[in-house]
Formats: sequence, C-alpha cells, structure tokens
Amino acid sequence: MLYSKKVMEHFKNPHNLGEIKNADAVGQVGNPICGDIMKLYLKIKDNKIKDISFETLGCGAAIACSSMITQEAKGKTLDKALEINKDIIVKKLGGLPAPKIHCSMLAIEALKKAIKNYKEKK
Amino acid sequence: MKKIYFDNAATTHVDQRVLKAMLPYFSNDFGNASSLHSLGQKAEAAVLKTKDIISDFLNCKAEEVIFTSGGTESNNTVLKSVFSDYQGHLITSAFEHPSVLDTAKFLNKRGVEVTFIKPESNGVVDYQKVLKAIKSNTRLISIMYVNNEIGTIQPIGKIGKELAEINKDREKKILFHTDAVQATYFVPMDIVRLRVDFLSMSGHKIYGPKGIGVLYIKNGIRITPLLHGGHQENGFRAGTYNVPSIVGLGKAISLLTSSEHAKEVVKIKKLRDSLMTKVLKIKGVTLNGDKISRLPNNANFLFKNIEGESLLLKLDMEGVACSTGSACASGSLQASHVLLSIGVKPENAHGSLRLTIGKDNTIRDIDHFVDVLKSIVKQLRSFSPLR
Repeated sequence: MLYSKKVMEHFKNPHNLGEIKNADAVGQVGNPICGDIMKLYLKIKDNKIKDISFETLGCGAAIACSSMITQEAKGKTLDKALEINKDIIVKKLGGLPAPKIHCSMLAIEALKKAIKNYKEKK
Repeated sequence: MKKIYFDNAATTHVDQRVLKAMLPYFSNDFGNASSLHSLGQKAEAAVLKTKDIISDFLNCKAEEVIFTSGGTESNNTVLKSVFSDYQGHLITSAFEHPSVLDTAKFLNKRGVEVTFIKPESNGVVDYQKVLKAIKSNTRLISIMYVNNEIGTIQPIGKIGKELAEINKDREKKILFHTDAVQATYFVPMDIVRLRVDFLSMSGHKIYGPKGIGVLYIKNGIRITPLLHGGHQENGFRAGTYNVPSIVGLGKAISLLTSSEHAKEVVKIKKLRDSLMTKVLKIKGVTLNGDKISRLPNNANFLFKNIEGESLLLKLDMEGVACSTGSACASGSLQASHVLLSIGVKPENAHGSLRLTIGKDNTIRDIDHFVDVLKSIVKQLRSFSPLR
C-alpha cells in the first residue's frame, strides 16, 4: 500500500493541527472500533469559515485527509464548504489507496457534522 | 540517518555467508538437478547435501525433507493433502498464520469440519483444549510452533506426546502438523521430541533466501501433491529444484548449529528484554502475549490512543522499520486476528506495534529507538481527540 507524495507531505506536516478554544462549531466522526476518529473545530463569522483545525486519531491517510479538508474549507462560506466532496480531497491528495478512500469520506462527514451542529445551534 | 531494522519476523536479511554459498549455482553450476550429465549431478549433489544438513538439524531422515517455495506452500500442502477428499475433521488454532487459517476456511467451505481452538489470553494454546476437541473423524491437528505476531511459543512437544498415547487406541491415527516458520532460529527443532508428522519451515526468517522452504513429512505418509508435474521429491512436489536457494537454505541452517548462533540468541534476548523494560515505562503501553513463553526476539505492545499505522509511518521516517496489527495497515481493514483471538478489544488492537530484534542489532539501536518512540508517541497523542 503506497501513499502519494502529497499524502506523505500532509502526514509529515499537517496543516491546521490542534484544538481551537471557543470554537463556534465542532464535528466529531468515526469510532474507536474502526480505528479512526476525526474532530474538526471551526471558527465562523458572517457565514464564513474564518478558522478551522483538526484532531485525529488514525492512520496516515486519516491524518492527511483531515489536514486537506481544513485547507480546502478555510475561508469558504458554509454553503461552499458543503460542496467539497471526497473526490476533491482524494484528487488534491494525489490519490489514495483503495482501502483508504473511506478516510476521505470521514473527513467530509466531519465537516458536514460541524456545520450542521453550528446551524442547529443558531 | 541511522537505519534500524526491527522487523525480523517479517523477513531477515540474507547472511553474507549464505549469499556467498548461493552465488556459484546461478551461472556456473547452473545445471538442472534432475539432469543426468555432470552439471546436473553437481546440482543434485548440492541438493542432497542440503537435505543432509536439514535432516541433521531436524533429527530426521534425509528422504523426509522436501523443498517447497516457503512456509505458505508447506502449510497448504499439508492441509490440502490430508483433506484432499474434503472429509473429516481438522483441529487448528484461531491465531494461525493466514496460510493455515485461510486454507482451513477454504476446506471448511468444501465440507471439512474445522475446530478453531481459541488461545488463552497470554497467547498460548491450552494443549488440553486441543486434545478435548478430538473426535472420531479427526484426521489432522495443525498448531503453529510460535505465533508470528506475538512470538508466543506453543506446547507442540506436549501435544505430540499426548497425541501419541491417544493414537495407540485409534485405528486411524491422527496426524500432527506444526508451522515452525517463526520458531526455527530460536527454539529446539528436534522432530523426535516434537513428535510431529509434518513440519513447515521457511528460509527467509533465518537469514536465508526468500522463496524457499521445507516440508518435513514423516516416513510412510503418502501425500497428495499440491503441484503436479515432474518427478522431483519422489513425486511429492513437482517443479525444478531451486538449487541456489536450496544451497542458501542449507547454509543458513548450518549456521544455526554453530556456537556463534548460541551467543547471538543470548545477545538478542538481552536486547529484547532491555527494549521491553524501557518501552513499558512509557505511559499507556502494555505487552501482548506471555512474557516468558515467547520468542527471545519478539516484543509486541499496545499503545493507548495511538493508531498503529501512523506510529509505524512516523517511525519509518526516523529510520526504524517495524510492523503493526492495526486494521488501517492491513489492506483488509480488519484488526489483527491474533490480537482479537487473545481477547484484545478491536478499539485497542489498532494501537499495536511489533518489534522483532535481529542478530545485527545493538543496544544503541534500542536506546535510539526508545528516544524516538517517546517523542512520536507524545506528538501523536497531542492531537488525538481521545485523551
């Protein structure tokens, strides 16, 4: 199972790592049994994602996908952010091994969940 | 960067002396060992000499040794041969190597009854549970000598001894096989003491080449070959003798009887013990498998709130090669069947790391590794959503 250069770059130096204190929205997905848990923190102003970060317990692909989704979502309006799909994440990462595609889906799910939580709270 | 190899249970490197012994058989003494001319006879002599080395090592007869492509083929041959009519009952353990486990499942689908004995939580099979599973239609017991992930040593000699008693009263004797691929370098391999009818070995776990293995078949047992073709190995296994690899395997095995080897085992155990002590001091780390009844080179840990593949990748970036039972690293997304079989919860099995020491490792490797490991564990835990 080989990872692309881009995946390894994001795994080595993940973007937007860590917790955001007083986040406006949080989305956590995955479960310990499948092995991957992703948590996204969002700062939102005027319906725009001003800041976003992640914490992930998971494999190389899970960490790279978490990093990529934060990079993609940052600065976007909530509606635009919801348009990000797994294919975009996979493409931007230079591809993922087939058994790892679910990691990109998990990242999308985490973002959707965070935004849903935010909208419900409002 | 300093490279540290801690994955000797996956494969060892080829010992320089083994390589040297092999080289003439590629381009100079390249004859087919089944050819009658002198080049062929030279190759045949090399094959026969290796059989003598192996039969001395196993305390068996030379004609009881056949060469295969490795442990997987040896294991497949035994199971598929004994159950070539897909009838009867097989007893094996739940944490065998996939080449036994999946073959057992294959046979099960075609009608063979299979009992998978669950090992105890220390990773050792209770021999009494094996004996209790025997039924009137039991034909084969196949239990690995040493588990490949957690290094635990199984009571093969004990099962062999008890089975010999049980067989006295049986018209149809139960055959006994052990997959000794992981055991060969470290534990006694005397057939007479183990009392097995079949035994599998592999070259590349003992500083020999890949793609070569041995199947010991006790005299008098006729098997159905897995591969049909030429008359090599008295019809037990067709295919041109892989002479360079056979010679390499012989050299690797001859090195196992030297006084140098005995010293290596002592050294390896000291290194592993030091590694175990140091790693177990890290918070949230536990050992998988029995501490005593295990191979001297194996350490297998669970790291709480760490996923094994990312730990492995980070270690690799620091020059350390090892392996994990994490589902994420398996390609099948299934956590290690070995860890699950000894009662490790799936959510914890993802955080496993296997380190298997080799003869060239040093105490500096251990200390450097522990330093690197500590900082990686700290880093990975720093961004885990679970605390």
